[in-house]
Amino acid sequence: MISHVLERTAGVPETGALAKVLKLRARLMDLTQASHDAALLPRVPGGLSLPERAVLAARMARICGDAALAAHYTELAGNAGDLLAVAEPGVGSEERRLAALLAYTDKVTLRPKDAVPEDIEMLRDAGLAEGDIVRLAGLVAFVNYQLRVANVLRAMGKSA
Amino acid sequence: MSRIIRKFTTRVPKWRPHVVPVDLETATEEQRTALSETPSNTKISDYVLVLAHDPEALSARTPLFNGIMYDAGGLSRAERELGAVAASFVNRCIYCAAVHASRYNQITKDETVMQKVFLDGEAADLDARSKAILEFGVRLSQCPPQVGQADIEALRALGLDDQEILDLTLATALFGWANRLMHTLGEPVDDR
Repeated sequence: MISHVLERTAGVPETGALAKVLKLRARLMDLTQASHDAALLPRVPGGLSLPERAVLAARMARICGDAALAAHYTELAGNAGDLLAVAEPGVGSEERRLAALLAYTDKVTLRPKDAVPEDIEMLRDAGLAEGDIVRLAGLVAFVNYQLRVANVLRAMGKSA
Repeated sequence: MSRIIRKFTTRVPKWRPHVVPVDLETATEEQRTALSETPSNTKISDYVLVLAHDPEALSARTPLFNGIMYDAGGLSRAERELGAVAASFVNRCIYCAAVHASRYNQITKDETVMQKVFLDGEAADLDARSKAILEFGVRLSQCPPQVGQADIEALRALGLDDQEILDLTLATALFGWANRLMHTLGEPVDDR
C-alpha cells in the first residue's frame, strides 16, 4: 500500500517499471513525504495555522490544474470555515493579512521570476514575523516542487 | 553599496537576505541539529540560517536536496545540474543559476554549454541529448507544469531511461523549490 501523498495522488502503480525506478529513490520519496508533513502538518506551526497552510496548498494545486493534489489539500483543510473560499484561485480577501498571504502565494507560484524585495516587505507590513515569512515561503516552494513531480509521475505512468 | 546582479553569470554572487537570519549563537537545539547538514556540504550560509527559522522543514529538506543532487545511480551529476539550471533560468534565480552552472562547468570542463543557455535559453544550440534535457526542464518549470506523455517519449527517444527521467524530474522540481526560496527571501549582490 502506498502511504506517501505524492505517489498516491499521482496514481503510481504498486508494481511495474515506474514503481521500480521509484524504489531506487525510496529514501528521497520518504524525505519528500517528511517535507510535506513539515510544510502542511508541522509540530510547531508558528504563526501560520494548519488550515491556512492547507487552503493555500489547495489553491496552488488548482492553479496548476492538479485535481488530485487539490482534493488532498482540501481534505487536509477539513473544517476551515470561511477560509475554504480562498482555496479557489482568484478569490481574494478583504482581510489584510490573508490578502498578503494570497498575493505572495499567487505570485511565487505563477511568476517567481518577478519576485522583488517589496513582496517580503508586504508580508512584514501585514504582520508576519520573520519566522512566519520563512514558513510561508517554504510551504509555497515545497508545494510547487510536489506539483511538478506529480505532473511527471502521471505522464510516466501513462506512457509506461 | 553593493550592486544587485540581474544578469545570468557563472560568477557566483553573494546572497543578501531580506529576512533576518537566525543567529547561530542563540539558535535552539533543534535549529543546530537542522544546520548540522548543509546543501552540497558548504559552510553555514546566511541562506540556511534564514531557512533555520523553520528547523522542522530544513531538517527534511537538506538531506532531500543532497540526495537528489548527489545520490549514486541514475542520471549523471552534470545532467542533474543542467536540470537545476533549466529551472533557475525560467524562474530567473540568478544566484541558483550561477552556482549550478559553475558546478556543471566544473564537472564537464566545458563552459560553452552554459554560455549558450544563458544567451539563448531553451533555444540554445546544444547536442541533441542536452537540448532535450534543457527543454524538458523548461517545460516542467512553467506554471502550470507542461510535461505530457510526448515529453517523456522524446527523452526516451534520445536514450534516457526511466531512472534518468525520474532523476531529471527530481532535480528540476527541486530547483522550482530552491528558486522560490532564494529568489524571494533574498537577492544576489556583487560584493566586490
